[in-house]
Amino acid sequence: MSTQQLERKIPAPPINAENQRFFDAAKQGRLLIGLCHACEKYHFYPRTLCPFCFSDRTEWTEAAGTGILYSFSTSVRGVPVPYTIAYVTLDEGITMMTNIVDADPAKLEIGQRLKVVFREAEDGSNIAMFTNL
Amino acid sequence: MSIKGKAFIVGAFEHPTRKAPDKSVAQLHAECARGALLDAGLNKDDIDGYFCAGDAPGLGPLAMVDYMGLRVRHVDSTDTGGSSYLVHVAHAAQAIALGKCNVALITLAGRPRSEGSSGTQPRNYGASAPDTAFEVPYGISTANGYAMVAKRHMHEFGTTSEQLAWIKVAASHHAQHNPDAMLREVVTVEEVLASPLIADPLHRLDCCVVSDGGGAVIVAQPEIAKSLRRPLVKVLGAGEAPKGQHGGKIDLTTSGAAWSGAAAFAEAGVAPRDIQYASIYDSFTITVLMQLEDLGFCKKGDGGRFVADGNLIAGSGKLPFNTDGGGLCNNHPANRGGMTKIIEAVRQLRGEAHPKVQVPGCTLALAQGTGGQLGSRHGSATIILARE
Ligand SMILES: [Zn+2]
Repeated sequence: MSTQQLERKIPAPPINAENQRFFDAAKQGRLLIGLCHACEKYHFYPRTLCPFCFSDRTEWTEAAGTGILYSFSTSVRGVPVPYTIAYVTLDEGITMMTNIVDADPAKLEIGQRLKVVFREAEDGSNIAMFTNL
Repeated sequence: MSIKGKAFIVGAFEHPTRKAPDKSVAQLHAECARGALLDAGLNKDDIDGYFCAGDAPGLGPLAMVDYMGLRVRHVDSTDTGGSSYLVHVAHAAQAIALGKCNVALITLAGRPRSEGSSGTQPRNYGASAPDTAFEVPYGISTANGYAMVAKRHMHEFGTTSEQLAWIKVAASHHAQHNPDAMLREVVTVEEVLASPLIADPLHRLDCCVVSDGGGAVIVAQPEIAKSLRRPLVKVLGAGEAPKGQHGGKIDLTTSGAAWSGAAAFAEAGVAPRDIQYASIYDSFTITVLMQLEDLGFCKKGDGGRFVADGNLIAGSGKLPFNTDGGGLCNNHPANRGGMTKIIEAVRQLRGEAHPKVQVPGCTLALAQGTGGQLGSRHGSATIILARE
């Protein structure tokens, strides 16, 4: 019981007609990012129209799932359970918000390699998080 | 077309309350409006333009114009979070320059302290916001978002917690002279560093206060301003710049102030070195440091050295800032600090700041706001004001 209380409850993402396939893929353990076939750039979070050139020739493609730590912060007070929020720059060159899990926050260093893992939110959705490679 | 010299701030009022469990939000807005009218020497019926943001109840201008019994021909409810009110000053000057209104009222009010708000609570802008599904599951809050900016700044430029602490120390030196300030005790760098860690690397004393209250300013066209018996505070220039995540090309160490500041300085025809007093949005110490760099008061990465050793303290430092004690010590009504930034700049230009913090012969001031979340998407706004 006491160890369960140490797990942060992960709020459910509001799933809609546009982002449904991102969370469908996450449920299969795949992290999707946006790829535009007009300007050939990746983007995050994925969307229907490319945020760089506004083309609709976008594809939601699977990321390698590895990257480096861009920044992070561990919330230690005013929260029920401490947790670490972060930005991770994926190998594809785009940066996403995430949590770092199963890692000692005191030993995290900006620039270190990380890999994606999935954790279940309160509604059963899979949420992409990162841990030591 | 420029707004330079097209409008003046003729009234300013900061509500003295810091905790108002016995007042409604609409009532606080109206009390602030009344205070600003009394300050200006104007009547309610003189107002023909009304500006408010997301802190106003209901449908903003529709609710408040009706509640206050205003008869206006121009409204604007632009909401860029805590920076909204600086945008409103610029938009009011534009509307006045175009003849859309002559006397514009801008109000802000809220009761986050009575309602138990805290910057460590997860922030959620609603299910329809496109970013919510990609951020809310991670527990993004006000505090940890700004903390990630601080952490990255430290990594890139070697900025230290001691340097950030100097910003709070300077604010506390000013707040000791403000009888309305929530925190009036002068603190030291050591005390900031010894305060509890909230979201690494930010300590409790790196964070602003949570307060009830509000404020209002009145912007008027030049002839009306010159007919009033108050010192003249002219709007010289303004800039606004929303900044987001750029499709994942995230750059946490540059804020929208880099663009809003450049636009404001260009319109005003002045440079950072000309500014005698600066109101700088201080939701957190890191917010101040980032904006000082991006506005050009020092080079990018030199902010830590710039704020250290009391350089922001009135009377001894090179750039006196937030002489009311700012959001860090005085007041952060409705969790939106933009209005109080304007008000203290007006006090300085009128020579009505507390004598212990008044900048002698202050004729040129800047007010800067950052609304929303510096770590994800925020709205920056800059205005430059001059005593005439
Ligand atoms: Zn594209």
